Amino acid sequence: MNATVSSFLKDAKRVSADLRHRSLIQNALKGYLVKRDEKKAQFQDWQHARQTAAEIKWDAINHLDKYLAQFADNAEANGAKVFWASTADEAREYILDVAKKHSVKSIIKSKTMTGEEIHLGQALEKAHIRVVESDLGELIVQLREEPPYHIVFPSMHLSRHEISDLFQKKLGSEPTDQPEELTMIARRAIRGEYIKADMGISGANFAVAETGMISITENEGNARLSTGLPKVHVAICGIEKIVPRMEHLALFLPMLATAGAGQALTCYNSLIGGPRQRGEVDGPEEFHIVLLDNSRSALLADPEQRDALHCIRCGACLNVCPIFKNVGGHTYGTTYSGPIGSVITPHLRGLQQWKHLSQASSLCGACTETCPVKINLHHHLLHNRRNAVSESAPFIEKIAMKIFAQVATKPKLFEILSVLARFGDFFLGLVRNTVLDPLGAWTKTRSFPNSAPKNFKEMWRERAAKKEEAKR
Amino acid sequence: MITGREAILGRIREALKLSAPMPGDHGPSTDAVPVHSHGPAGSPAEIRDWLPSVGKNWEENAQLFARNSADLKTTFLRVPTVAAAHQALKELAASEKWARVAFHQTPLISGAVSSLGLTSFETKADYDVNELERCDVGISACDALIAQTGTILLTATSGGGRALSVLPPHHVVIATRDQLLPDLSSGYELLARVYGKAYPSFITLITGPSRTGDIERILVLGAHGPKKLTVVLIEE
Repeated sequence: MNATVSSFLKDAKRVSADLRHRSLIQNALKGYLVKRDEKKAQFQDWQHARQTAAEIKWDAINHLDKYLAQFADNAEANGAKVFWASTADEAREYILDVAKKHSVKSIIKSKTMTGEEIHLGQALEKAHIRVVESDLGELIVQLREEPPYHIVFPSMHLSRHEISDLFQKKLGSEPTDQPEELTMIARRAIRGEYIKADMGISGANFAVAETGMISITENEGNARLSTGLPKVHVAICGIEKIVPRMEHLALFLPMLATAGAGQALTCYNSLIGGPRQRGEVDGPEEFHIVLLDNSRSALLADPEQRDALHCIRCGACLNVCPIFKNVGGHTYGTTYSGPIGSVITPHLRGLQQWKHLSQASSLCGACTETCPVKINLHHHLLHNRRNAVSESAPFIEKIAMKIFAQVATKPKLFEILSVLARFGDFFLGLVRNTVLDPLGAWTKTRSFPNSAPKNFKEMWRERAAKKEEAKR
Repeated sequence: MITGREAILGRIREALKLSAPMPGDHGPSTDAVPVHSHGPAGSPAEIRDWLPSVGKNWEENAQLFARNSADLKTTFLRVPTVAAAHQALKELAASEKWARVAFHQTPLISGAVSSLGLTSFETKADYDVNELERCDVGISACDALIAQTGTILLTATSGGGRALSVLPPHHVVIATRDQLLPDLSSGYELLARVYGKAYPSFITLITGPSRTGDIERILVLGAHGPKKLTVVLIEE
């Protein structure tokens, strides 16, 4: 068992028995579900909207070479500097170079999952550059020195009391149990940083090919301030974020807000198309876009699962997933958790090391049903399982399957063993709940069915005998 | 030497040699592909048919904007004339105790600000952001109001730059009758019409005052942007 599996199992066991965690998550998601359903109901046709969104992303992803080149050409024409990063290392090095070139001492960052993916914060800190996170949830987890719990709600696993304690310790604030006051503490703490920072870093929710602009979705205003005030703005953007035309945002922005947070539209949806232009009164002098591949092209090369690149990172599949709700976001040990994380992580970081995530699923299909861009999520979990086994099947399973094939193709042998199985029940009863139980991993949390008192052949023979008797 | 661009585009072209099934075309458990009568996927006509419905005329859209504003906690004031808008701003200035007002130079906005008779600060080229930070309110124009979502559409050009509408704790927008649009698709059509291919470097859709739900998913207004948002619509 590799280290990622054993830590997954250990954390899953601990968190799923943690009642405090359960009540926090259930509370947070209850409100989300009500709001999401309310906003979904306002659509004239949510199902058709999903289909159209899926078709637009299909077009974008299946002509990615064309649209990505178009995006980059237009962005450069707008005055942006576009850097193509094949790997996380290249992306980090480029951003560090930009920071060094401008003698950057302090950076204000607005939540970016792509930044998390390339571990940008750590790299910048190592280079002795101060990085302040401006998104409230992200700031909270940064102060706790832990990764975000959820791709949209980074601090949903924490109570107001824990956050108050944290702010007391790290920001020197007075204790309070009011979310409003806690938010204002963060607001005051970050305010001066926007003006002081030499550089702003953001992600991108969409990249519009037609105009070479990136679109950033947020509620707090921190992304607008982080990207608008410093002299240099660097945006990190996965290559899959492309939409062909600006008018497509009229569909994607409401769907992202509805599926992601139960809002009709998120508070700020900003398009950024370059540094400050002639005649404009403010804005950065330099605007850099880092287009990140980092194994996305490997996922693209799998036509069966290519639609996983349609993902708009709304987090809806996490919110409905029974596994996510029970084991929690940190247990996954990945940047992207929940069903979408389980699907894409094996492609981004290696199948054999991350295949267990695809096993951690009830295959209920709630993720596929809720996905606003119709990614076939739960089938992809099955595809990952199949691919993992065909790449290297576990030895025990191979042997077991060979034995079963032998038994199942020999009627006599099958019958003898099905009768002997009844004795097996007796012996299993003796060792149940001890280390000797060969089915222990299964029966710890489930009951194992007893073998039937009569097998099919016995029943068939009895039935035939009865009929015979009736005839006589 | 192969550049990053060539390397990535090369991998993408290689990957796309195998074609992927169309969406909705992957197995019996997902919905069948619906047939739609529109042209290519994602035309504005198609998007309009799926998104939340809007009013049939100006008055219905004004009422829809008002309902959405109430839901979002945006203050929405409908006033008959420019003079009435000035009066409404005066009342607001008194009740909110404004001392310093930030604005940008347009006939509509400058007129409104000078009628207030308060200390004012204009965001013009190379203004000092620290000065803007000290203001109680930022007053700006916009490109459009969008009834469908209760949204303000503004750009670096129409909204006095990037920071005026987000840094001060209160953002006031003054809009005129012809600026009220039914839906988001109309907003993008307007942008294409007004700016053509020379878009401003910054375009934003503002939907309510700044907010967060990051602490126990409880709604708090004024996370980093304005705590208050007021829209004054002049109906004449």
